[in-house]
Amino acid sequence: MLNFLARRLAQIVPTLFFVSVLIFSLQQLLPGDPALVMAGEERDPAVIEQIRHQYRLDQPVPVQYAYWIKGVLAGDFGESLRNKMPVRELIAQKLPVTLQLGLMAIVIAFLIGIPAGIVAAVKKGSAWDYGANLFALWGISTPNFWLGIMLIFLFSIELGWLPASGYVPLSENLRASLAATVMPAFVLGNAISAILMRHTRSAMLQVLESDYVRTARAKGLSERSVILKHAMRNALTPIITLSALELGTLLSGAVLTEQIFSIPGFGKLIVDAVFNRDYAVVQGVVLVTATVYITLNLVADIAYILVNPRLRG
Amino acid sequence: MKMFRLAATSAAFLLSLAVAAQAQTTLRIGLAEDPDILDPSMARTYVGRIVFSAFCDKLFDIDEKLNIVPQLALSSETLDDGKGLVIKLRPGVKFHDGEPFDAEAAKFSLERHLTFPGSFRKPELASVDHIEVVDPLTIKLVLKSPFSPLLAQLTDRAGMMMSPKAAKEAGDKFGLRPVCAGPYKFVERVQQDRIVFEKFADYWNKDNVFIDRIVFQPIVDATVRLANLKSGGLDLIERVLATDLKEVRADSRLKVATAIELGYQGITLNIGKDKAKGPLSQSAKVRQALDLAIDREAINQVVFNGEFQPGNQWVNPDHPYYQKSLPVRGRNVDKAKALLKEAGVTPPVSVDFLVPKGAETETPAQVIQSMAAEAGFDMKIRVTEFATGLKQAEAGDYQAYMLGWSGRVDPDGNSYVFLHSNAPQNYSAWNNAQADKALDDARLVTDPTERKAIYETLAKLVQDEEPLLYLYHRRIIIAHTTKLEGYKQMPDGLVRVIGLKLK
Repeated sequence: MLNFLARRLAQIVPTLFFVSVLIFSLQQLLPGDPALVMAGEERDPAVIEQIRHQYRLDQPVPVQYAYWIKGVLAGDFGESLRNKMPVRELIAQKLPVTLQLGLMAIVIAFLIGIPAGIVAAVKKGSAWDYGANLFALWGISTPNFWLGIMLIFLFSIELGWLPASGYVPLSENLRASLAATVMPAFVLGNAISAILMRHTRSAMLQVLESDYVRTARAKGLSERSVILKHAMRNALTPIITLSALELGTLLSGAVLTEQIFSIPGFGKLIVDAVFNRDYAVVQGVVLVTATVYITLNLVADIAYILVNPRLRG
Repeated sequence: MKMFRLAATSAAFLLSLAVAAQAQTTLRIGLAEDPDILDPSMARTYVGRIVFSAFCDKLFDIDEKLNIVPQLALSSETLDDGKGLVIKLRPGVKFHDGEPFDAEAAKFSLERHLTFPGSFRKPELASVDHIEVVDPLTIKLVLKSPFSPLLAQLTDRAGMMMSPKAAKEAGDKFGLRPVCAGPYKFVERVQQDRIVFEKFADYWNKDNVFIDRIVFQPIVDATVRLANLKSGGLDLIERVLATDLKEVRADSRLKVATAIELGYQGITLNIGKDKAKGPLSQSAKVRQALDLAIDREAINQVVFNGEFQPGNQWVNPDHPYYQKSLPVRGRNVDKAKALLKEAGVTPPVSVDFLVPKGAETETPAQVIQSMAAEAGFDMKIRVTEFATGLKQAEAGDYQAYMLGWSGRVDPDGNSYVFLHSNAPQNYSAWNNAQADKALDDARLVTDPTERKAIYETLAKLVQDEEPLLYLYHRRIIIAHTTKLEGYKQMPDGLVRVIGLKLK
């Protein structure tokens, strides 16, 4: 186990290095000039020249990369071209927001997707099964922005129960924070719950047909115990990997949903940064996101082993 | 006497209780974008100017009729044949950090705008040679040459005053915690989420400030911004879509405040650096034909529900500098076809039409495309993300470019940088000695009638040569709840908070 962990951790370093080079070079392919964008309506050539110089945009790309990576290794991600905020601070501001939204969404997805998947598998071919499948189809095919706006119209304008958009930190006011994030978390969770439901259903169906389940039934165990204790544990393994990957995606920012609900998370940060050609911010966010993604992958692998003792070597 | 003192004390006590019992009032304003840095020297966005007007007073301001009125200044006087500008300052003004606002502070602020690395105010104040302190409440700007738009520059960011102490300490990080002399002071900012201000107790005009706090929230999606206003999450929003106006007006809990913008929307036509050397760049007649093919009023009706104002100059038809002798020409397809014939080109004339992404540019571009087609133009629309398009326009990789301008108080700010042959934003690369002379002359003259006559020459030249087809002027649309009282819209689009009350 330790050996495995050490090996996986060692793999992270070259992966991140590759990511850093990739993002830096991809960014150079973006059309448009950051100095020009930064100047906004004030496009005086002398001032633009000065910005280029100040942010080393006039130097060769490898030199720019060297300066950046040197800073990153020292924990300094540079500062935003647009507003001079240190990128580290920007990320520190957004990470808790995205984390909260992502976790809430995945919890909602679990609460809906897994029970629905189990019920659909156990009552295969019944009205329950068809209902769950219909729901899954709906969840996968509903665009997030549409569902978001519909929820705002219903719960904020018509009923007036929830704020239409905005964000309140958890530490400031728990109730207000949950009220502000429940709609976007539902929108995100809804789509994922559909995927989870489909996978839970097929995994459960497979397991329910296996010999050991028949044995368990033959032993005279209650159906409840057969399904929840014996079958589910085995069916859970693919779900863990899937959830970790989905959570990773959520943590890289849910662009459209954040935009609709004005949630100041990673998605909004990176989209604004790309449009403003705010290179330092794009680089910083992508690097952090990649790290989070890789870490979650690792966590999923560990969880795999914990759930399935057969994999412990 | 004792009795009186007791009564006064208890009255004061009761009053303080009453004030304390009354909840803090907060004005929540929805912005269409997240502003850039809140440093008056380095700021460069329109949305940022809206936020500045809540906390950073300027030497001068404008009124509804675009007259220049004093704000932190008391008066101004032009001397030495236009080469000196003496400004008397308002006494007893304090910055948010308690530092006094005086001639030294004003000199410091202007010098910072002029010399700070990365300052975008440098070109705006380029005519200023140096600043002298005449007495503790008087400064004199000594100019290199007369520059009549200078006073108008001081009604915007170049005229914003900053606390010297705070600015020196913070350096280029001043914008993260700005300290000015406006009605509200900076409390906190969370990027892309909110910017919070609270009432400044020592503001020079504090008797006219009634709301305790202001929170600006960037909400990019116009539909969601409006939804927030309707649900009560916001009190005021900017940039309401013209197509949403009907709905807002129908809502009895909402009010609309509008003004026609100082800027314009138009199409820049590539004259001097068209690599393909297409007919549009080579012949003024072809450009005129395109102009005549467009029905500006129809665009306004079809795309903007008739809420905008059709125009043909760099200022709108209600502006004091609008040349009434050159009215908007009506659409004339026959004449347009005849002009194309005269120019010796065989239709369809193919045009590479660069259009920035966005509903308010793409839809009118499509309408123009179909109008121009009837006169013999094949406008090939190329929708491009803004930053990319701008770079291409600079390089001359376009034939027609849909581009607007947010507008400045003085007509110079709407014309010089786009039309002068060696100006940075002359994307058309139009080079006309007469036009250059008119633009330069208008900067030297202060008398409005004389200036207007000079601009008339320029307007005629532009109408003949067509480096830029001015199309229409947008309506600045602000919507707010009926709880907010006293709101008036100024043509610069900024939200002024003095005198506002929340019920």
